[in-house]
Amino acid sequence: MDWLIILSNTAGSMLSPITMAFALAALGLAVHFGFAGLLNFGVAGFMAIGAYGYVISILTFGFPWWAAILVSIGASIIFAIILGIPTLRLRGDYLAIVTIAAAEIVRLLFLTTAFTPVTGSALGLSGYHNSFRGANPFEWDGKRGFGPWTYTATEFWVLVIGLIMITVSLLFVWRLVKSPWGRVIKGIREDEDAVRALGKNVFAYKMQALIIGGILGALGGVMMVLPSSVLPASFVTALTFFVWTALLLGGAATVFGPVLGAVLFWILQAFLANLLPALSDIGLLGGINNQQAAIMRFILIGAGLMLLVIYRPQGILGDKKELTFVK
Amino acid sequence: MSSKEPLSTPEKTTGLHIGEALPGVKKVDPILIVDKVSKDFGGLRAVDVDHLEIPRNAITALIGPNGAGKTTLFNLLTGFDKPDTGTWEFDGSKLAGIPAFKVAQLGEVRTFQLTKALSLLTVLENMKLGAKEQKGEKLLYSLVPALWKKQEKLIEQKALEILSRFKLAEKKDDFAASLSGGQRKLLEMARALMIDPTLVMLDEPMAGVNPALTESLLEHILNLKDQGLTVLFIEHDMHMVRHIADWVVVMAEGKVVAEGPPDKVMKEQAVVDAYLGSHQDVDLGVVTGRIKK
Amino acid sequence: MNDTPVVQITDLVAGYLPGVNILNGANLVANQGELIGIIGPNGAGKSTLLKSIFGQVKVRSGLVKLNGEDITNLKAEKLVSRGVGYVPQNNNVFPSLTIEENFQMGVYQKPALFAERLEFVISLFVELKDRLKQRAGSLSGGERQMVAMGRALMMDPKVLLLDEPSAGLSPVRQDEAFIRVSEINKAGVTTIMVEQNARRCLQIADRGYVLDQGKDAYTGTGRELLNDPKVIGLYLGTLGA
Repeated sequence: MDWLIILSNTAGSMLSPITMAFALAALGLAVHFGFAGLLNFGVAGFMAIGAYGYVISILTFGFPWWAAILVSIGASIIFAIILGIPTLRLRGDYLAIVTIAAAEIVRLLFLTTAFTPVTGSALGLSGYHNSFRGANPFEWDGKRGFGPWTYTATEFWVLVIGLIMITVSLLFVWRLVKSPWGRVIKGIREDEDAVRALGKNVFAYKMQALIIGGILGALGGVMMVLPSSVLPASFVTALTFFVWTALLLGGAATVFGPVLGAVLFWILQAFLANLLPALSDIGLLGGINNQQAAIMRFILIGAGLMLLVIYRPQGILGDKKELTFVK
Repeated sequence: MSSKEPLSTPEKTTGLHIGEALPGVKKVDPILIVDKVSKDFGGLRAVDVDHLEIPRNAITALIGPNGAGKTTLFNLLTGFDKPDTGTWEFDGSKLAGIPAFKVAQLGEVRTFQLTKALSLLTVLENMKLGAKEQKGEKLLYSLVPALWKKQEKLIEQKALEILSRFKLAEKKDDFAASLSGGQRKLLEMARALMIDPTLVMLDEPMAGVNPALTESLLEHILNLKDQGLTVLFIEHDMHMVRHIADWVVVMAEGKVVAEGPPDKVMKEQAVVDAYLGSHQDVDLGVVTGRIKK
Repeated sequence: MNDTPVVQITDLVAGYLPGVNILNGANLVANQGELIGIIGPNGAGKSTLLKSIFGQVKVRSGLVKLNGEDITNLKAEKLVSRGVGYVPQNNNVFPSLTIEENFQMGVYQKPALFAERLEFVISLFVELKDRLKQRAGSLSGGERQMVAMGRALMMDPKVLLLDEPSAGLSPVRQDEAFIRVSEINKAGVTTIMVEQNARRCLQIADRGYVLDQGKDAYTGTGRELLNDPKVIGLYLGTLGA
């Protein structure tokens, strides 16, 4: 067992595009669920809209990369409004059911062969990087950095954009949560009628929260496809539950919890993805082979999510009084 | 501590009605006029009010047995539920179809039977939530603290002033969850005042409150009248009703069956039979034969 | 008749959340045939005291004895067979079952008693006699109260525990409820009632306890407490004197 490789791969995953994508999506989900109490089980749908919105704007409409990001944001706003208008007046469980369905509808629309010229259907799309890479201010050959954190100039550019998006988003959400707007949202999460009786338009506030969280989810989707290609298979329901796990792990009703949770989630994933096959190779996992061992990590993550919800729903950074599911 | 002095009876407002005190009688200066409002639930007619006027700047009690439709009427008049028929006017504005939050903004504010003090917020945050002038509650303004910090200070001052009137000032940074039931009722009432209402509708404000604390709550309600507000409250505690109400409306089976000053209404036989009971002022120890009087 | 109290609670400490005690050393004695009233401000622990007799809250220290036997922290089903009858404040009837079926549920552990106990309960609640087949869910609040109390009486309990029987009832129904409780007690059932309507409760109680911050602050006969200036000032208020 080569511990050096296992640990090196694990450390490298801390600063990877997928980790940043999760950080953004989890932050969006924190706005939805942690702060506004909206049960969004269609995170994958928002991410898919962001991802495909970006890629299709470039490939089909020839937009530059930064305009494509704006299109992603715009598409997610429309998606949130369509989801919200029928469901925000109903009980929370209905939003949960509708969002699962909506996310699947989105994925299937990108999968169907009916739109292959635009979406690439099952094979997805690639080759949209010229505009993005053209704007890269960093130029070096080969890889630079130290230890497990070495990158080509392209990879580095992706990370920089990711860090900028995360920083701006964190500042944005931080400001919101500490403001009177945040106070109203906190009240709504606990008791809508009480807040209505104080003259606040509860529907408008919930819609605003849905939109803001949705935009962050879409930016997460953009991060996912910035490095190489977009595939509909990436946006299955499992993605939604992974983001939920990251969020609950870090602390759903906090601002930094989602980022912490995303990083820890991917460290754990990378660690297990390297460790388990190594263990099976030296025969410690019964007779299962390499590939089966790697898949086992999903079982462990599922079990971990269950344990989190039961025993520590407030996550690492959260306050038990604020968020508990056990009555 | 010496024996407590019984509360002195406050001065009642009289001359509120025009003509004979019958159900639906017109008032000299009504703040709320209700016409032919009805609501059915399944096959049951929960509310069926032909005509009702609530007098301005007075304290009106709405009493009646459970299931008489009192809370349903509250929900209808404040936009928390839609009636099947009818119209109603508040301070001259027609309210039919107006959503609950707009009704509150217009000055008609209500509290709930099951207190809705927001436990995850502090007492002070609960109060600030009630204010209606905070621009920072709008999404775009909220991002720039400079735009709302000053208003926040003013709102905080107002909140502290009201909180000290209600003797809750020292609890301002405690979570509302840590308050006792009676204190939460006070908080809900105090919070409703932040919105500068003209009509305050209280749904069983004394339910579950220790009798001794009830007396201070009554003082607060009387103060509202002194400040020019109108109060309409639902209650089962007849001592309280007799003590502070200027006018009493009795509902049964969805209809208004009696109206008038408390002393008169509470002696009407129909009201006694259906609602008050004949032992109102009698010691039950005597009635059950446990005490020889 | 022996002198052992039916219920004896000594220095009880109990609570729901870890680290937070609602009861801080409460004491109570209920002798055979007595009607005991428990009053006090919100959060004082009145309902918690009752629940600790019925095993519904974790007792952290102190003793609960039933006829001299230690029943502290026993599970509810064991307590029912030992003769503790409990009537909670809410959700106290099975709405989809008929009145008769609710009574059958009450005597679930000893079905043979049904006929005899039904006769006793009907004698107390005559209004229910012809309505035994009516669904409990269609009853009014006051009627449900009667069914809930009747259900608890079906097991011929040694002690009847009532949690705010007058809550949410209109004045005439409240008076009926109190009179009913008095009748039940006069028929020989030792009764402990927690109440928010302190005045009415003390008017019919033999003895009372005033609970405050988890301890019994005052105790005496019902009449003594009704007329005690301290109790009036702190709990009863002067309205409706």
